[in-house]
Amino acid sequence: MGSVKAELLRLWKWPATWVLIGVWLVMTLTFGYVFNYLALNGGTNTRGQSQQQLISAMQPENVGAAVVRGLPMFGGAIILVLAALAIGSGYGWGTWKTTLTAGPRRVSAMAGTLGALGIIVVLLVALTFVVNLGASITVASLEGWDWSLPGVDVWKPIVASLLIAAMWTGFGVFLGVITKGPALAVGLGLMWAIVTENLLRGVGSLLGPVESLTKVLPGGSAGNLAGAVGGSGAPGVLNDLSGTTAALFLVGYIVVFVGTATLLKVRRDLV
Amino acid sequence: MIVTTEKLTKRYGDRAVVDEVSLSVRRGEVYGFLGPNGAGKTTTIRMLLGLVRPSSGTASVLGEAPGTPKALLKVGSLIEGPGFYPYLSGRDNLRVHAHRRGVARTHVEAVLEQVDLVSAANEKFRRYSLGMKQRLGVAAALLGQPELLILDEPTNGLDPAGMADMRDLVRALAAQGQTVLLSSHLLGEVEEICDRVGVISNGRLVAESTVEQLRGDTVLLIKADPIEKAHVLIEGSELRGDVLHVRETDPGALIRTLVHADVDVQEVRPLRRTLEEVFFEMTGVA
Repeated sequence: MGSVKAELLRLWKWPATWVLIGVWLVMTLTFGYVFNYLALNGGTNTRGQSQQQLISAMQPENVGAAVVRGLPMFGGAIILVLAALAIGSGYGWGTWKTTLTAGPRRVSAMAGTLGALGIIVVLLVALTFVVNLGASITVASLEGWDWSLPGVDVWKPIVASLLIAAMWTGFGVFLGVITKGPALAVGLGLMWAIVTENLLRGVGSLLGPVESLTKVLPGGSAGNLAGAVGGSGAPGVLNDLSGTTAALFLVGYIVVFVGTATLLKVRRDLV
Repeated sequence: MIVTTEKLTKRYGDRAVVDEVSLSVRRGEVYGFLGPNGAGKTTTIRMLLGLVRPSSGTASVLGEAPGTPKALLKVGSLIEGPGFYPYLSGRDNLRVHAHRRGVARTHVEAVLEQVDLVSAANEKFRRYSLGMKQRLGVAAALLGQPELLILDEPTNGLDPAGMADMRDLVRALAAQGQTVLLSSHLLGEVEEICDRVGVISNGRLVAESTVEQLRGDTVLLIKADPIEKAHVLIEGSELRGDVLHVRETDPGALIRTLVHADVDVQEVRPLRRTLEEVFFEMTGVA
């Protein structure tokens, strides 16, 4: 518990945490509401979406879908960067040696970091939900639409969002530990989340096995889960797998990323 | 014994960075771990703290295996410079550390006072001078009132005033009965502060004893006229040019002997090897 408190204190007071959360909230508002609102009110190109689709995307009752659709790619990339920085920076600052000589077992120290990151990520998803709900209510009120709050089935996209966020957190942690630094971890992570999987999807249209593989890669699984719970109209959202299959792949990735990172942290010399 | 190692070895490939080191640190002493850069001091210390796993050999810290919570909670350490979050204040960094060690928040204020950092405690760590950073490192090491303090090159990079401050701090801790393992390549520092010394060179412990024992017996240098007569009078004396070297514990008796024999005694002074000379002999560093 002391390790979680320690990590939470330092992550809470870390400007990078709030900068990344802030950037994500601005992105989700801009792409989820501001641009759609402008398109609805005089825009000339609505990306092929009908007025009804734009209205539906901004309705408060669909806020769950609005939260989850941004996470497979851009939201995920931001969460990955946060996790990779949180873990990787400790090597450069020398704080890992301070942490690992403080008293707790290595596995407890790692659990403390993961626990605190988990709390921050839950907070990020919760803030995304609240901010999106606020934006959707504002738009609905401005436009004079009949609107209602999301129903109880909003738990599905929220749980899916948490699962997707947990996978990207695990990926960031894994990269931070394996590269023992923030720069390479962030670089590799962004490359994977934004570029590599998209390139592979491009290649997949030429090669069948690659196409099948892209569906179950980390970003692909996240995109498929987002698609299965109603997320649509955002980069990275897919509809190739069932929600259950995609969720199982995500759980698998979390286990592999977090398990490998913890194993390395526990067994590797800190020189 | 607070720390014991038995043939402790760390190899990277074929190269033994630490080679069968057997040392012991006693309760209440300041133990100087002396060696040139790259001799294996930090790797040995990292093994004592469980950061690095030994290739062979054993170590015991306060009766526990190195790196276990039982051992670590009784040890405070500062290894190769302080490792803190640059964006946090000194006080917040200590609060983070206190959470990890399970130490009450009030103790943070006590150690800040102990290292004289209260006035700068709310400043960001990245704005600290090197000396302040080192002192914060010592403060973190002191959290939880450890039985053993391990300080690895605590004066590294400090200006002379900062070095003097750090030495005073270690001396003050030693005066309170704190056991300290102090690694350094600065001979004066070790000579000034430490009770016993372990000298490591190329990964091997080449000596372990008190500073006095390492420096050996005092030799008296005598200038007298006629020097040949003095040489004959003083049994066991060694004539070196126009002076005598004598291993003698009673200079008074020696001078009386010469004066009674009408030898004109011009100079008598003790000649002792400095720790530096001993160190250079042992490590082959010039």
